[in-house]
Amino acid sequence: MDKPRERSFLADTPRLLALGLVGLLLLMPYIWMLSASLKPLDELFRASLSLWPERFHAVENYSRVFSQVPVFHYLWNGIVVCAGILFFQLLFAVPAGYALAKLRFPGRDIAFGLVMLGLLVPPHVPALPLYVTFSKLGLLNTYAALILPFTISVFAIFLFRQFFRALPDELIHAARLDGIGEFEIVWRIILPNSWPAATAFAIFSVVAHWNDLFWPLIVIEGQARATPALGVLYFRSDEAGDDFAALMAAAVIMTLPLVLAFLFAQRRFVEGIATTGLKG
Amino acid sequence: MSSAVGLGAIKVTRGAPIGEALAGLMLTVPAGLAYLVMLLLPTMATILLAFTDYELGLPDWNWIGLGNFTEMFEDRGFGVALRNTIIYVGFVTPLSILLGLGIALLIESGIRGRATFRAIFFLPVVSLTVAMAAAWQYLLHPTIGPLNGLLRAIGVSSPPYWLSSSDWVLLSLSAIGIWENIGYNMVLFLAGLTAIPRELYHAAEVDGTKTWLDRFRLVTWPLLGPTTLFVLTITMIRSIRVFDTVAVLTQGGPNKASEVLLHTMYKEGFTFLRLGYSAAITLVFLVMVLGLVWLQTKALDKRVHYG
Repeated sequence: MDKPRERSFLADTPRLLALGLVGLLLLMPYIWMLSASLKPLDELFRASLSLWPERFHAVENYSRVFSQVPVFHYLWNGIVVCAGILFFQLLFAVPAGYALAKLRFPGRDIAFGLVMLGLLVPPHVPALPLYVTFSKLGLLNTYAALILPFTISVFAIFLFRQFFRALPDELIHAARLDGIGEFEIVWRIILPNSWPAATAFAIFSVVAHWNDLFWPLIVIEGQARATPALGVLYFRSDEAGDDFAALMAAAVIMTLPLVLAFLFAQRRFVEGIATTGLKG
Repeated sequence: MSSAVGLGAIKVTRGAPIGEALAGLMLTVPAGLAYLVMLLLPTMATILLAFTDYELGLPDWNWIGLGNFTEMFEDRGFGVALRNTIIYVGFVTPLSILLGLGIALLIESGIRGRATFRAIFFLPVVSLTVAMAAAWQYLLHPTIGPLNGLLRAIGVSSPPYWLSSSDWVLLSLSAIGIWENIGYNMVLFLAGLTAIPRELYHAAEVDGTKTWLDRFRLVTWPLLGPTTLFVLTITMIRSIRVFDTVAVLTQGGPNKASEVLLHTMYKEGFTFLRLGYSAAITLVFLVMVLGLVWLQTKALDKRVHYG
């Protein structure tokens, strides 16, 4: 149970130095992205190795992005899509996870077998038929097209089932004795007692879908329903051209929201990804 | 627990098995329907599609048996994509695992700065991939990029063109892939490391292990076995899916030098609308992923005694 003693700063120096050096190397894309977003274009084209701009051009670069790119519109789309996906994933997976963990019903083993089978299939596999169906139904370029394929997460069912199994049966029995129905038990007893699993999954899901490019690229054309990832892609290929300064400013703006969320809730993020990772 | 105490509560559920069965079915039906419509049916449709010449927009289609697969294996482009994907996985998997493990060990070996360094190395996992790809494009730019600026400054007269050179493009994409995966692997290794009981290190010390290397060899590495195996499989599955960086930065070029499996599937299916052929590529991709999972299960069967 004893924790490793804190070494003296001097003894810790090699470790800190090594970590600092590797860390700095890993941060290079961020550092240069930020630096470039502050410089005027001619300074970039001189390829000087100085990180600090000779002339500050930040206002011009960033205002160019805000005037040419509907930044808040893209961010809003990202929020709508991630929230919509998470809402349906929880709506479907929490009751199913509870039933698989705590209830006896015919077909339960088959259902769990299907969950395990589903875990093996990457989301790229059903993409082609879903695209054809959505295009026939006229659903391309809608929020529905972005959200629907991910409403079912077998991973969430699996994760919740594992977590719910560890919850004491007494909790459920007591609720039943009080006359609370199964449906209410799921949302009023089980979910409030499972916040660690729920937040872990929520972080996993939002990170995955905020960053996803594959599916939005397939079903979305134009700005109306574009997600942040598509927004950067459009700006990169259409407006920015060779203007790396403005492109870097756009990259900074679009990366910032999720990174800020991460920095504020760092521990939860890391734990969330570790639990979901290890269980998946 | 089998004593009379608590039986009252159990009797309530035993007394209403039909109610419980009904509730179980009702609670799984929504998930079951979504599973059927969004996952099971489309996956089966992909499998069927792979044996047709279906093209979106053409009026009729035929069953062509293995036609798509014979075309695939005669197509030079597909061969290149398959080879590139395997090379990419071959670079990204070992290097991102070794670096992730090394960093996790360094962080875990002291207390100072743990949270800060963990956050720094984890940053790429939560950064918008497309935006960071743009940052890499600038960093690796042949003429105005800081990397080549540095190389020229230290005397390399004609540094590589990285993403626009067919010799270097796959290596450059692999470097970005490693950079993306380190933080993820580090977090998994950190979780594995904290699960190793401290007493084992004490026991090893009592048994006479003195150096850090001995402790690693005798305690850390064997006990990390299951974690390492898991990280290995998951990194391979993640990197075999490489798509974003290719789609954003190279579109498979120059001259197919960075063409990979999912990007070929995307182009055939969603640009040329040759859905049958694209489905066949998807199946090859699926079989590779299933093969990796199968290998993992095989390896796990052999080393369960760690549990």
